Amino acid sequence: MATADAAVASRPAARPRYGSMSQDRRWALRWSYFFLVLFAIFFLTPPVYMLITSLKTSAEISAATNPWWVYHPTLSNYVELLTSPSFLTYFRNSAVVSVFVVSLTMLISVPAAFALSRMKFWGSATLATGVFLTYLIPETLLFLPLFKMFAVFNEWTDIQLINRWWVLLFVYPTLTVPFATWIMIGYFASIPKELDEAALIDGAGWLQTLTKIFIPVALPGLIAATIFAFTVSWAQFLYPLAFTTSADQLVLPVGIITSLIKGDVFNWGQIMTGALLGAAPPLIIYAFLMDYYIAGLTAGATKG
Amino acid sequence: MVDAVIRRSEVAVPARRRTGLRRTMQRKSTVAFLMALPLILLIAVFVVYPALYSLHLATLNKSMERFVGLDNFFFLFKRETFWMVVQQSCIFAITAVIFKAIIGFIVAHFVHNVPAKGQRKWRGMLLVPWVIPPAMSTLAWLWLFDPSYSAFNWVLALFGIGPVPWTGDANWARLSVILVNVWIGAPFFMIMYLAALKSVPEQLYEAAAIDGANWWQRIWFVTLPMMRNIIAITALFSLIVTFANFDIVRILTAGGPIDRTHVFATWAFWLGIQGGDIPLGASVSLFMVPILAVAAVFILRDISKRGNEA
Repeated sequence: MATADAAVASRPAARPRYGSMSQDRRWALRWSYFFLVLFAIFFLTPPVYMLITSLKTSAEISAATNPWWVYHPTLSNYVELLTSPSFLTYFRNSAVVSVFVVSLTMLISVPAAFALSRMKFWGSATLATGVFLTYLIPETLLFLPLFKMFAVFNEWTDIQLINRWWVLLFVYPTLTVPFATWIMIGYFASIPKELDEAALIDGAGWLQTLTKIFIPVALPGLIAATIFAFTVSWAQFLYPLAFTTSADQLVLPVGIITSLIKGDVFNWGQIMTGALLGAAPPLIIYAFLMDYYIAGLTAGATKG
Repeated sequence: MVDAVIRRSEVAVPARRRTGLRRTMQRKSTVAFLMALPLILLIAVFVVYPALYSLHLATLNKSMERFVGLDNFFFLFKRETFWMVVQQSCIFAITAVIFKAIIGFIVAHFVHNVPAKGQRKWRGMLLVPWVIPPAMSTLAWLWLFDPSYSAFNWVLALFGIGPVPWTGDANWARLSVILVNVWIGAPFFMIMYLAALKSVPEQLYEAAAIDGANWWQRIWFVTLPMMRNIIAITALFSLIVTFANFDIVRILTAGGPIDRTHVFATWAFWLGIQGGDIPLGASVSLFMVPILAVAAVFILRDISKRGNEA
């Protein structure tokens, strides 16, 4: 290190001025890589440790060996979880809920965003602001009144809502629709007005304008909103924890935490395997559609 | 837009003979309203109504049969735990947001420094904590913090540093929940700042370099002023989300040891769902409203300001 420093210090004198600039750059680059590696270690340690633990047997986990190394890798945790009926139930519940919520979100937010961005009506500006405000209301403020509302609804109509997985289909859209609508408004607003005027002149109705022009043109935004809706509904933890209790009604995050942690007995191999499998769908989507994912992320605050 | 409206009404004149209902259905504003109706219903039934309902719930007694006015709030004010929760929520949210902002800023700078070809790879790797569902990644942290098998303590022991009670001691537990929150949230800041950094014109840096500015002056006088807006709005967003956080504290410490790490959301859950006292829980969660409202006002102001500029 010291010799490298000395070499760098002696060189600029012999070189023209722009040479010292590029030397600076090169050192800035080296430091950048050094710190990026440090941060990458910090950011990736938990998922990597999940993977390490998921490959161990219970005996190896409780042994006093190096916890960061797998001495006898095994897939038994994966086999056990993927053949356990309760885990498959959680996975199915999560998948069904997410798919339905994503479809509902798109069906609600795309027409609404179109109406709010292109067809002004009484109160539409207020509604657009209201949609954004709704996005800022956290679920932690609403879960108790919702819980009580469902209980009252049960008294009135005899329809049981608490402890039914499909009740999540009503509450998840409150988390996904406002944001999806908001970013769709942003994408629709960026489409030139001439385009829909041309369509109107050619005799297209509003519905045709939406399906034939807006949806194809704003497809990247649509994909970003879809990914967002899926990630949110897959990861949601508070609502299912509050509203569902029986094992056959649970979704994945709650299922893993309530069924694999029994009293004080932690089967860490299986917990980490379950957590990794639960993290897999969003990670896989992210791996393939990273650019859309990031576009949706930055659109939330930068578009407006 | 105005053109379109005029043309539309001209077209509508010969159709005056149609029935009133049909004409209403043909009108643009009616169609628009119908398209937005599902959204309006969803927000009204599942957001606005529960929000108002929680105001009503907060004035009832535990069995929700009797109106008790503000007694729930007076009861909370007298409890030491409540003030502890207020304090912990503020410490948790503010410290976590500050660290997320700083780490996000630093990492964004380093990613911005490396050649454009490699940026995608680094960005992809560093955003992973944000993509994993928080409940799942917090489980990994819980296991890393395990009292007897903590993998961190194993590493620390190599350097002769004694076992750290990550979730066992009140102050360590407070630090741990903040650490996990920073780990999950910093990548979001990184992505936002990176987008903002890319929009700073390169000429400004060249001008600063010609004027003899060092790297610190370049950040202080060029980068930060250019990114001021995005820094503010990202921090406000994050403040709302962090202040209302539930997953991390619930899974990592469940509020313990002895209620020292409870934040509003987890304490409201503890009282309302597990303790069966929904009105008291609703009263607790209502205390989140003031700070959320302040942050929301600032965000809205920023957004409408930028809307006017555009």
